[in-house]
Formats: sequence, C-alpha cells, structure tokens
Amino acid sequence: MILVLVDHDRGELDQLSLRALTAAGKLGDVEAVVIGNDGAGLAGIVGEYGAKVLHVAQHADLTDYTPRASGAALAELVGKLKPQAVLSAGSPRGNEQLAHLAAILDIPMAAECSTITLGSPHIVHRARWAGNLIEEAEVRSELLVASIFAFSTEPESQGGAAASISEFTPNLSSDDTLVKVVGRDAGESKGGVTLTDAKVIVSGGRGTGGPDGFKVIEELASLLGGAVGCSRVVTSSGWRPHAEQVGQTGSKVAPDLYLACGISGAMQHIAGMKNSKTIIAINTDPEAPIFKYADYAIVGDLHQVLPALVTAVKSAK
Amino acid sequence: MNILVCIKRVPLAGGTLILTPDKQDIETKFLGFGISPHEENAVEAGVQLIEQMGGELTLLTLGPTDAEEQLRASLAVGASRAILVETDGQEWDPQGTAAALVEAIKAEETKFDLIIFGAESADSAGYQIHIRVAHALGLPIVTNVKGMRVENGKVSCDRVVPAGREHYEAPLPSIITVRDGLNIPRYPSVPGRMQARKKPIDMKKASPRVPQLVKLNLEVAPSKSTGAEILGNGVEAVPALVDVLKKIGTI
Repeated sequence: MILVLVDHDRGELDQLSLRALTAAGKLGDVEAVVIGNDGAGLAGIVGEYGAKVLHVAQHADLTDYTPRASGAALAELVGKLKPQAVLSAGSPRGNEQLAHLAAILDIPMAAECSTITLGSPHIVHRARWAGNLIEEAEVRSELLVASIFAFSTEPESQGGAAASISEFTPNLSSDDTLVKVVGRDAGESKGGVTLTDAKVIVSGGRGTGGPDGFKVIEELASLLGGAVGCSRVVTSSGWRPHAEQVGQTGSKVAPDLYLACGISGAMQHIAGMKNSKTIIAINTDPEAPIFKYADYAIVGDLHQVLPALVTAVKSAK
Repeated sequence: MNILVCIKRVPLAGGTLILTPDKQDIETKFLGFGISPHEENAVEAGVQLIEQMGGELTLLTLGPTDAEEQLRASLAVGASRAILVETDGQEWDPQGTAAALVEAIKAEETKFDLIIFGAESADSAGYQIHIRVAHALGLPIVTNVKGMRVENGKVSCDRVVPAGREHYEAPLPSIITVRDGLNIPRYPSVPGRMQARKKPIDMKKASPRVPQLVKLNLEVAPSKSTGAEILGNGVEAVPALVDVLKKIGTI
C-alpha cells in the first residue's frame, strides 16, 4: 500500500497533492492521510483520484499547519499501516512535512522525484539544480519516503467513489505543536493579477539597465493584460520588489505567454519559467542560453524593440 | 547573541550544465564557485542581527578544503569566525551531512541562540538537512522565512504563500531557514576582505556514514528540442512578433 500525504490549508485542497495521488496509483493500492479535522471534507476528491481510505489525524492542537506534528502523526500512522511508501507533493509544505517524518524515523528521503520504482533498493529519478539535472538514485530503506516533482505527473481522475474515513488521534508532544501558523496577512499581494495567476508575463533582466528600463515593460504588460516579472539580479540590485522575481528563488510560473526581455537565462531563472506555454525572448546576445528555451527569438536591444512593439500592439488592437 | 549560519560551496553554473564523462558530477573545470542563493541572505541576516544586538556570527560548512574560499567571502561581510568540516571530496547523502553538522555544533563551546540555513541548496535540493539537524539538537525550526524579527527571547517569522503571508513564532534557541528576498545581501568592502584573511577558521575532519540515498548517475534535463524560431533582428522583428501574439491569442 502507498500512503499519500494530502496537504490542505484549513480544509482547502492543495492541487499538487492530486499529482502525488496519481503517481502513487501507478505503484500500488493508495490510501491518503490528511492532518487536522478540517481535512476530512476531502474524502470525495481523494477518492476520485484513487484513494480507498482517507486517514484523518485529529487532535485539539491540529487546527492549522503544524509541520512537526504532521511528521509525528505520519510516523505513528506508518507504524500501524506499514505502507511500502509515503508520498507527498514536491511543494514547500510537502517536502517539509516528509522531512520531519524522515528525521523522526531516521530514514532517507528522496525529494522531487519524477519516477519511482519500488524494490530493494528503491530506484528514483529526482530533480536537482531546480529541475535542470535529473539524478538516478537508490534509496536503501524498507520504507520509501519521497515527494513528487510538480511537473512530472499530470493529475488523472480515476472516477473513484469517496474514500472511507478512518480517524485517529496521534500522540503529540508539546515540542511537536510548538511551531505552527499563528497569524496571516495579505502581505505584498495587491489583489490584482498576481504573478502565478497571470496569463501573460513580461519580464525584465539585467538588460533593462535599471529601474527606468521597466517603464516600457510595465506599459507592455498592462497593454497585454499581464503582470511584470524580473530576474534575480534585478531584485538583488533593488530595481524591483522581490515579489516580482521569477525563478528558483522567486516564483515558479507557467503563463500562456512569457516574454523575457534582456534576460540571459541563468538556470535559476529558467527553473521558474520553462513550463510557460509560449516563451518569447529578446536579447542582444545571440548566444544567450534563454534562446534554447524560447519558442521565438528576437536578437536585439529591448530599449528599441519594446517601444516599437508597444506602438504596434496599440495599433493592432 | 550567538548566531551560526550554515553554508555550502556550489559551482556557479550560469546558463548551461555540462557533466563529467562518468556522469557523477558537474564539470567544474571552467566554473567559479559561490554559495547557494538563499544562503547569501542567511549570512546577511546573521550580520544584521549581530550589528543590532551584538554577539558573534559563526559560519559552518561541510565540504572540501577549497570551501575556505566561500568562508572567507562570508567572513568579509561581517562574520566573526568559521568552522570547516572537511569531507573526502565526495558528495554525502543528507543523513550523513546532517550528522556531521550536528557533531560539529555539539562540539562547540558556544551555545548558539539562532542557527540559520538557506531554504534549499542550489545543487542537491534535498529539503531536509536543516530539519534533521533540528530533530537531532532538539530545537524548534521555522522554514522558508522571508521576514523576521528577534525580540524578547523569540524569533517571529513570516513565510510567503500564494495568498499572502503566514506568521510563525519560535522561542530561542531555534533554527530557521531563509529565502531570497528576506534582505539584500551586501558586497564585501576592501577592509572587510583584508580583515577576513586574518579571521580564524577551525578545520575539522569527519568520516561519512554509510549512505542510504545513493547517487547512481546524473543526466541533463532535456530543453526544448526544436529550438527557437528566429523572428529577426531588432525593430525589424516587431511585425513578426505582433503576428505571433495574434496567433497565440494574446491580442
């Protein structure tokens, strides 16, 4: 049996967890687990995606995300159910909760796996260097603890009936529940088109030359109904707010159109945008790595191309 | 306040990765080295805290003796001293790495109030060493921190999520992992570089555990096989670009 940790935010499903359920279904019978009472409402959807049983860890202290307690609850459940593997989404939360489990049991954990072959040892392929390298690795432990690389598996509905609910109350120490979410605010999100929701992103890099270079990028983005993005050098130079950074250390995005202007294409940037549907790159250097990932290329200076493009788009509309 | 920041020497790979013929490593003959991006923010956070509150900032790394270069660079922006746990030059698995870090931390006379890691390493992306260290030392841990405040014996942290920010708190001593965007890392000054040469680095040795996550080989992930269609040079390409925007339905 494969046990899948299905993550949720106060009852709202984490969509990446459906990919983990799909990946698990290819390995064997699937059961799911949610941490916290308010996860019980997910029995329908996890059943549809192939889980027969939904284990619900309920406890007075599990009212919001409490990562170490998740690890402790998983460890207890694993002791009872003896699954062959525990999987989760390769998300910050998925990786964090599984790492607590692996640390408690002192067994290995393979993060960001694109393939899994159960055996002795287990064999996985996992993403490294922000998905730019794939490592084939052996996991030498009886129980496999692994997270699923977000872009390797598409979620597939199995049309299954709602999972049957099995509740349990884990033994949690005060250390387990010490670190948890104690509050929230809207932060930098302004309520408009966010980077991760935008259908179009116009993004600028070192080639913009400074904050002034973003005026035309802002104009084009608003003309196309999109959002402004940028590369890491731009935020670490203080030209734009960090919330606009695309890449391994910023947001990972997959819009319909990603227009990369004056961005050379460092791996850490590519990692954040290579899954965009269409990528157009404008760069003065014909050898820039960004062109290897682009669908369309323009060799030229963004300071000339973008104003001309703004004019042309206005007249084409 | 005594702070420990853990860093890792990684190749600065730029845009393209080339593997060694045995597919075990990245070819680094023509590459420079640095530390993982989030770790630059970890060092900066440590420097800012001792500037505000006094105390000592110690660096810890596990790696080849060449990692002295990265320790000196971080000493140059304000860290006080460093510990280098020397490996055999091979990559250790996360459990082995965490065990060696724990051993080095336990051997210190200094009791650290705050231990800071980067949220993920640029190269191995295992997402677990900091959590293993927290369990082994019996310390609370808050990960992926993008805003923090230390006061009244606790650290208050913000974590950015799609809907905004989540707040966490942990009593000191604690471990946190930080993300790019927490601060803007400073560049070393010339006097800073000079002083860094004289700052102490404690060299230690550790032997690896039997690994349980064992690398067999590496492959470069495929990029788009077709290659980009060249629309043209400079402003001449604009009409073709507008056609593409129409074709894909953007306008």
